Amino acid sequence: MKQQIIVSGIGGQGVLFLTRVIAQVAVDKGIPVLTAETHGMAQRGGTVLSTIKVGDFASPLIRAGQADIGLLLWEANLPVHQGLMKDQGTLLINAEQDGEGERIDASGIARGLGNAVLSNLVLLGLAIKQQTLFFNAEECEQAIRTLAPAKFVEQNLEAFRKGLHS
Amino acid sequence: MKKNIQLLMGNEAIGQGLIEAGCQIAAAYPGTPSTEILQAVIDRRETAVEPLHIEWSVNEKIAFEVALAGSYTGKRSAAVMKQVGLNVAADPFMRTAYLGVKGGLVTIVADDPGPHSSQNEQDTRLFCMQARVPVLDPASPAQAKEMIETAFELSEKYEVMTVLRPTTRICHSRQNVELGEPIKLERTADFEKDPTRWAATPAFLPALHRKLNANLEQIAQEENLQPLFSKGDGSYRRQALVASGIVYGNLADLLEELGLSGKIDLYQVLMPYPLNPQFADQLKEDYDRVLVLEETYPVIELLLGHSGAVGKQSGAVPKEGELTPDVIHQVLADFLGLQQPEEAPAERRGQRPSLCPGCPHRAAFYSIKQSFPDGIFPSDIGCYTLGMNLGAVNTVHCMGACISQGAGFYQAYHQDGQDGDFPTVVVTIGDSTFFHAGIPALVNAVIQKSRIIVVILDNATTAMTGGQPVPHLGIAADGSPTKVVEIEPLVKASGVDFLEVCDPYDKEGFDSLLKRADDYIRQPDGGVAVIISRHGCIMDRSVRSGQESFQVDIDESCIGCKKCVVAFECPALSMDNETNKAVIDQDRCIGCGTCIPVCPVNSIVKEAK
Repeated sequence: MKQQIIVSGIGGQGVLFLTRVIAQVAVDKGIPVLTAETHGMAQRGGTVLSTIKVGDFASPLIRAGQADIGLLLWEANLPVHQGLMKDQGTLLINAEQDGEGERIDASGIARGLGNAVLSNLVLLGLAIKQQTLFFNAEECEQAIRTLAPAKFVEQNLEAFRKGLHS
Repeated sequence: MKKNIQLLMGNEAIGQGLIEAGCQIAAAYPGTPSTEILQAVIDRRETAVEPLHIEWSVNEKIAFEVALAGSYTGKRSAAVMKQVGLNVAADPFMRTAYLGVKGGLVTIVADDPGPHSSQNEQDTRLFCMQARVPVLDPASPAQAKEMIETAFELSEKYEVMTVLRPTTRICHSRQNVELGEPIKLERTADFEKDPTRWAATPAFLPALHRKLNANLEQIAQEENLQPLFSKGDGSYRRQALVASGIVYGNLADLLEELGLSGKIDLYQVLMPYPLNPQFADQLKEDYDRVLVLEETYPVIELLLGHSGAVGKQSGAVPKEGELTPDVIHQVLADFLGLQQPEEAPAERRGQRPSLCPGCPHRAAFYSIKQSFPDGIFPSDIGCYTLGMNLGAVNTVHCMGACISQGAGFYQAYHQDGQDGDFPTVVVTIGDSTFFHAGIPALVNAVIQKSRIIVVILDNATTAMTGGQPVPHLGIAADGSPTKVVEIEPLVKASGVDFLEVCDPYDKEGFDSLLKRADDYIRQPDGGVAVIISRHGCIMDRSVRSGQESFQVDIDESCIGCKKCVVAFECPALSMDNETNKAVIDQDRCIGCGTCIPVCPVNSIVKEAK
């Protein structure tokens, strides 16, 4: 099994956490995984991108046209990162408006839960609902429990389930 | 026993490697992409089986020297920094090559090809070649961790310092990494005095230099550091690929995707310097053409001296920027005569970064720019570099440069000015940067009779790198209390007579202080004026919860002048193109209200929440 995934957003949206959850599931399942993340100045509200390669790879970077799945937390990044996607790749986008790809108003749903940053897990829930990723809901919840700070676990799981049952 | 495999970032893997290798002194100054290495050591300190001193040093030179002395006592020690940090530590680093070490000394220097978060893309491997220091170039987080133990062993075997050179894509990659048990070395500090070495005068240096060169010849032959070879099936006769670092990983994946794995001879160089001359000879004999892929300067290519080598030196590989899989694809297609890759869509820039909503620096910059529209604004390295977006940062150079540059601007303008007239120079420097390299510059500015305003942006943290403690907090790396070293007495002791402190959220107060400072520097007995702009970093939760938060809105009276969006540039403010009025993104607004005085028609309003 091989899967190449991009997670795109702007600094402060929880792109890194979402990246870690996906990679953690791979580790839990005993599958090799590599991620590349954006740290540093771009995290101050600028465009950030994580790439995740699951399976037998040597480098975390994704070549143009090779990503199987794109999780976009910031719709305006679509023209910036779309070039990484395969023609048949699946795009999941946090957006209020209709348009390309599978869309969900993850920020709106997250706001309803009291924190717009939870949009990352709402979008992940949708990705699992669509059966696009290499793992199932149960495995995902386990990784969220592993990584989220104890007092936020339930809130994070709630956000994930909102996306899952959307 | 079941293997303990965890998802670790490259920097965490390196930190874990330091603990496992029995490192007892670890010192660093934070800098992207290296910061999380020492943080990982801090987070894992309880797992160390022997005493472990960890420090966020005031700068990289100091970090290096602390670790160096630790090594003199026979203990394993490490200094950690980013590539430009090595410039700061260059002086002791260069001499250490000659004098050598006792306990293993590993300097971890993180390079930033791209660059993503640095002022240049210098190559530490080339620096090591000039310093004559062995350097290891890992291709993955897991390999970086393994190389820590290798680097310590090599250091102790030859009594030389060694360097591990990860790049951003190693530092900030995550991978499944197997954890090991920390080794117990049971060493006690034992500094053996030897002035001919530790205090070597020129008389002793030729012999030390000779010894170093002899060591390097042997190190080049070290069996476990020879290039790793994957033999091709003969499809590409007398041709080979040579790569190191993450570029090797990118190349390996690309070959796999193109169905070329195992078709062509492939080498991974583990130790670019000193490169085994026999390896170079062998390549000359076995191959007519060799493609060398490395970041960021042509170190291996230079050392190979192969007449059929193509790379950065020959121009076949781009000399600048990261060697991403797409760049390598093009280079490989050219080298092997493959089908040309489809033209990649023009790279589009995403959203630029900006100071956080509520950032006190924004308020300070806005006041500075408004107070002195024609001022000159040297600034420095940190979040506050983003003051560029507000037009309040004109120069950014290297740690601490802004104060000396400000003084230089003053001297150059002052000598031309009628009756000594000069533009107002307002320097902005962060608190951590001030401690790092600002103090000597401030003393110099004072004694050279400069007339400048220095604004120390004190947000009580090293914000850009994620909030490491600063000397005026009185907190050590492990969170324990330590002596507080305050900024104010340092400024006063530097000979500054005008020193004021103000919260930049108080716009009126801050504006009037800037005015007073400008009056002061222009007085007959004026000099350097220092203003400490003091408000905690908004990323610090306790700062957020400790300050009042309002419901901030824009009412109907907005005239669409865009001043708040363009000149103040808060990410929570944007223009609604349909109504041509400014709007506030309530998800991002933190309710600080610092934008309120910016509106010329008082359309930004606040209410208690």
